[in-house]
Amino acid sequence: MYVAVKGGEAAIRATHDLVAQMRRGDPCVPELDTRQIREQMKLAVARVMNEGSLYDEDLAALALKQSQGDAVEAAFLMRAYRTTLPRFGSSAPLDTARMAIRRRISAAFKDLPGGQVLGPTYDYTHRLFDFALEAAGLTAAPAVTPGGAPLDESMPRVPDILGSEGLMEPERALPDDPAPCDVTREPAEFPIDRDGRLQMLARGDEGFLLGLAYSVQRGFGANHPFAGEIRMGETSVRYRPEDLGFEIDLGEITVTECQMINQFSGSKDAPPQFTRGYGFAFGHSERKAMSMAIVDRSLKCRDLGEAADYPAQKEEFVLYHCDTIEASGFVEHLKLPHYVDFQGELELIRKIRREHDERAAEPALFTPSEAAE
Amino acid sequence: MSADTALCADPNYNFAYIDEQTKRMIRRALLKAVSIPGYQVPFGSREMPLARGWGTGGIQVTAALIGPLDRLKVIDQGADDTTNAVAIRSFFSRVTGVETTQKVAEATIIQTRHRIPERPLTEDQILVYQVPQPEPLRKLEPSEVETRNMHAWEEYGLMQVRLYEDIARFGHVATTYSYPVMVNDRYVASPTPIPKFDNPKMNMMPALQLFGAGREKRIYAIPPYTKVRSLDFDDHPFTVQSWTQPCTLCGARDSYLDEVIVDDSGGRIFVCSDTDHCEGRRELGHVGPAEDSERST
Amino acid sequence: MSATIDDMRARAAAPPAPILQVENVARYYGERVGCRDVAFDLWPGEVLGVVGESGSGKSTLLRCLAGLDTPSAGHIRFDDDGVLLDIHALPEPARRALMRRAWGIVHQNPRDGLRMDVSAGGNVGERLMDRGARHYGQIRARAADWLGRVEIDPARIDDPPRRFSGGMQQRLQIARVLVSEPRLVFMDEPTGGLDVSVQAKLLDLLRVLVRDLGIAAVIVTHDLAVARLLTDRLMVMKDGRVIEQGLTDQVLDDPQQAYTQLLTSAVLV
Repeated sequence: MYVAVKGGEAAIRATHDLVAQMRRGDPCVPELDTRQIREQMKLAVARVMNEGSLYDEDLAALALKQSQGDAVEAAFLMRAYRTTLPRFGSSAPLDTARMAIRRRISAAFKDLPGGQVLGPTYDYTHRLFDFALEAAGLTAAPAVTPGGAPLDESMPRVPDILGSEGLMEPERALPDDPAPCDVTREPAEFPIDRDGRLQMLARGDEGFLLGLAYSVQRGFGANHPFAGEIRMGETSVRYRPEDLGFEIDLGEITVTECQMINQFSGSKDAPPQFTRGYGFAFGHSERKAMSMAIVDRSLKCRDLGEAADYPAQKEEFVLYHCDTIEASGFVEHLKLPHYVDFQGELELIRKIRREHDERAAEPALFTPSEAAE
Repeated sequence: MSADTALCADPNYNFAYIDEQTKRMIRRALLKAVSIPGYQVPFGSREMPLARGWGTGGIQVTAALIGPLDRLKVIDQGADDTTNAVAIRSFFSRVTGVETTQKVAEATIIQTRHRIPERPLTEDQILVYQVPQPEPLRKLEPSEVETRNMHAWEEYGLMQVRLYEDIARFGHVATTYSYPVMVNDRYVASPTPIPKFDNPKMNMMPALQLFGAGREKRIYAIPPYTKVRSLDFDDHPFTVQSWTQPCTLCGARDSYLDEVIVDDSGGRIFVCSDTDHCEGRRELGHVGPAEDSERST
Repeated sequence: MSATIDDMRARAAAPPAPILQVENVARYYGERVGCRDVAFDLWPGEVLGVVGESGSGKSTLLRCLAGLDTPSAGHIRFDDDGVLLDIHALPEPARRALMRRAWGIVHQNPRDGLRMDVSAGGNVGERLMDRGARHYGQIRARAADWLGRVEIDPARIDDPPRRFSGGMQQRLQIARVLVSEPRLVFMDEPTGGLDVSVQAKLLDLLRVLVRDLGIAAVIVTHDLAVARLLTDRLMVMKDGRVIEQGLTDQVLDDPQQAYTQLLTSAVLV
């Protein structure tokens, strides 16, 4: 005799224990320390902070440990925690022109004021295994000899250099310079302005944005982007408390910024000009910042009067689907029981098949749909 | 039950998890939703510790409503011990400490996924639906800008076209769940994926019905005693599912049944999807045909 | 149900008031002129042709008239059973409701006017359902009747338009527009993109339907043969302005403007 599906509660509790066990792995191997993750898995930490929409390296490291390195699950932990945090204000805008540069390259110019600063990057390595890393304890970081001259204190951003010549589409504040929207507090409304778009892209899934950016480059979009500039380094976050009346320094964060330059042929009203796409990410996240910049430019098509024929040009398509947490939650919710609805479908398909068979059995004078007429 | 039940709530979190500012924002959206029955109100949906698509809209609505004296029932597929229901019930137990129940009659708030209880609800109860896709027109028109216009202009011909196409092709409206309804003669709304069997229960229901879609950031409502009509044609009127056999366990003939496969050769039985309804009937001595035959042999 | 064909005829024969009054309509795109200083009255049952080369402003004008684009200046008034409505002063919901109730638009590309994945019957029935029809059998019967009138085999009522030829798609679009018996129809190059033989058949069909239903229509075309066959009156546009207008035969047989003479001499009409 069938026993009703009971005891779900106990089984669910057991899954919690099992996942904890799996997370720990072989107990003979030393347990990971979250400080190790923070210091030695920096790029994973950055991705979790970006998609988790919260700058906290320690929490991101904890999230990675708790999720067994699943970046999406880790970002979800960050978001759920972020919800509970009180908001006491907004920081002053970051001035990336004055950040402490660790890496700064432009593919559009051979040399430029401030120079090319290669910094830490895998770009010029061969992707060959370094088996020395396998043997723990042997790898002290090499001593780094500083470059000949100290870096300039201020490095102008490439689009600003072009802007002074009038060749670059200016970034204009909206009339009255309203405070930017906040997509984490108010639902995005479409068509959406650029502030909301950039926020959603900044929180968006790196893989999804990368694929869209790639599609633009391959011709599913109208642009050929140049990497005008990519810069990475540290900048301080400044905040002005209402009751204090002056700005205080909240601390330093690592950020990556990318500005893509695109051709624009101009219109009847405007002479030809370069246009830009903007990308920004926490930590060292070049791939994310570049993808974001390409997609940002692609989504400018409405403002520039370009046709919107391709996926990367459709803002509802891109922005509704780029959020890691929303996408993974909804795809994975298919694991929840759906048997009530499935029962309805079963009944219907049986009924239609039964009627189909009955029809096939008798001479067809009319079809059932016309029978009512 | 005493007022200091809330003392059992996890002290690390605000009562019902979300902060009071956010609760007020959600309540404002709820008030607007109740004022315009069937209209989808955008709201600043927050991230919850449960995944998007797993009831975050319903959870936020419940969190904005619930007080220490409430008694909460959570069901998924009509049952209290399905995975989603268990997870959400234990979440609210932890962050509010309120009493939970599996009995419809005892609950003040019922959060549900995919079913309306068989037992009629009363004016003292609130039914909170978890909504995956609040937009009934979405399958016909992918753009939110367009669908909002269609609602604003009451352009619902396309919805009717979909029903027409089903009848032309199958001889029936082939929608068995999420069957669209007209609320208060104005807004077409999605009843969430409840089976169409439950649609008639929405009409003139004494309880307040609230719908929360967390991922899509929409709230809508059907106030008590509001007209809810399932879309149909005059000559193809709306009908609900029916079964030829009663519930195997309690013998009910008027409840929604789940099919359960019992052996490898496709043998199956049918049991009530609403577990509280089924248990209540059995406690009153009702038995199904299986028990009957077991007894007689 | 709304107006029957007899009502339409009666209205067409009633003491005349223009169904559409167009007063100094202009549409600018920044500095560029789409069209300007356009003024005319359209009478019930009358078919007006707008001809000109591409870029002459005729499609811009049609979009403004049909409520799809907002003119920069001027007024367009529609006689809604004795009530004169300035269509661009109406709130959008009212304008959309008016468009659904009293107007029809036939697009050059049938894909713009049809739902390609909805059956032919559903396509024709949509306008009826938009207007509240809720009897499946009656909707289907009217759809079948209209398929017959546009010479599509009613047996194909459940086929989607993507299985139809270009000419059939265009006829289906016409059925979809005319089934609700609009009082005013806008057509943008209704025979463009079709083979010559298919064009002739479609023109013939349109002529009969428009005459039978007593519909007022504005037809934009660059094809003077189309204008000759379908229209009572003609406006010739050039550089955004109307440079000549009059009875169709008059304009085509005795053009006054040099530009019109050039147009008419370029083709045999």
